[in-house]
Amino acid sequence: MDLASAKMIGAGLAAIGTGAAAIGVGFVFGQFLNSAIRNPAAADGQQGRLFLGFALAELLGLMAFTVALLILFVF
Amino acid sequence: MHQFTVERIGPKLEIAGYDISFTNSALWMLLALLVIGLFMSGGMRRQLVPGRWQIAVEGVIGFARNLIDSNIGPAGRKFTPYVFSLFVFILVSNLLGMLPLGIVPGLHAFTTTSHFSITGLLAIMSFSLVLIVGFGRHGLHFFSLFVPEGTPWFMLPLIIPIEIVSFLVRPFSLLLRLFVAMMSGHILMEVFGSFIVNGFGSGTVTGFGVGIISFIFIVGVGALELLVCALQAYVFALLTSLYLNDAINLH
Repeated sequence: MDLASAKMIGAGLAAIGTGAAAIGVGFVFGQFLNSAIRNPAAADGQQGRLFLGFALAELLGLMAFTVALLILFVF
Repeated sequence: MHQFTVERIGPKLEIAGYDISFTNSALWMLLALLVIGLFMSGGMRRQLVPGRWQIAVEGVIGFARNLIDSNIGPAGRKFTPYVFSLFVFILVSNLLGMLPLGIVPGLHAFTTTSHFSITGLLAIMSFSLVLIVGFGRHGLHFFSLFVPEGTPWFMLPLIIPIEIVSFLVRPFSLLLRLFVAMMSGHILMEVFGSFIVNGFGSGTVTGFGVGIISFIFIVGVGALELLVCALQAYVFALLTSLYLNDAINLH
């Protein structure tokens, strides 16, 4: 296998990470809704934590994207 | 990709070998400043009975103050201007980058926040503010940030390096989140835009179908991008206030 095709395969493998982050983000929002419907009065106070969890989960997907871009365009 | 290239406008200026000429990035930052200035000046007339515009401005300011109040408490009130300007600048430059100026030939919107150096500077500003406030308020006691309360002593050799790494990685996570979110959104829109152009241009039935599907998809992606613009600005302001909370209310 030559370097160019190995790069493409590597970038494709790195892109799997964005899907994994999608699971994480969905989990964050799903769990929030799950508990917010049980206790709507307490839901508004927890929005900051909701977005904190979203940001932390999303970051890992963005890192996978960055790794894919680095493999494709930098090395 | 052409929309991400920084181009020089006007003459080339140099100081000690560094290129400091006026670029389209600087132009769009100035435009963001102009938009913010217009928006704010319309609502700062301090009328007793506020008009619509003043309500909008007060809403944005109240949003920043709520963020500070709920995350830091009254001790953080003096950082409201910083968090507010951070939020508004990121929001406006994200939204300016989404303007569909490409329909006019020769013009295209430039997203300042889709560049590593701009978001990096914003992240360094937030991080150094946290360091200055933390060391200014607590002195060397600020290092107890790395020791969570109630940690058993035998866990300390494991916990302290983890906490230090997670503290030092904060500016990178701030800059990477904003920059990658904006850049990947614009790349996605460009890819689907080229699908539409090539699909309709090919003249075949399959190409036409692909163009139609891509067009429907890009409308949804555009709406999602507007949401991401606001969300990333909010997340940047939220994380900045959370990090400031660590520095101000040391446990």
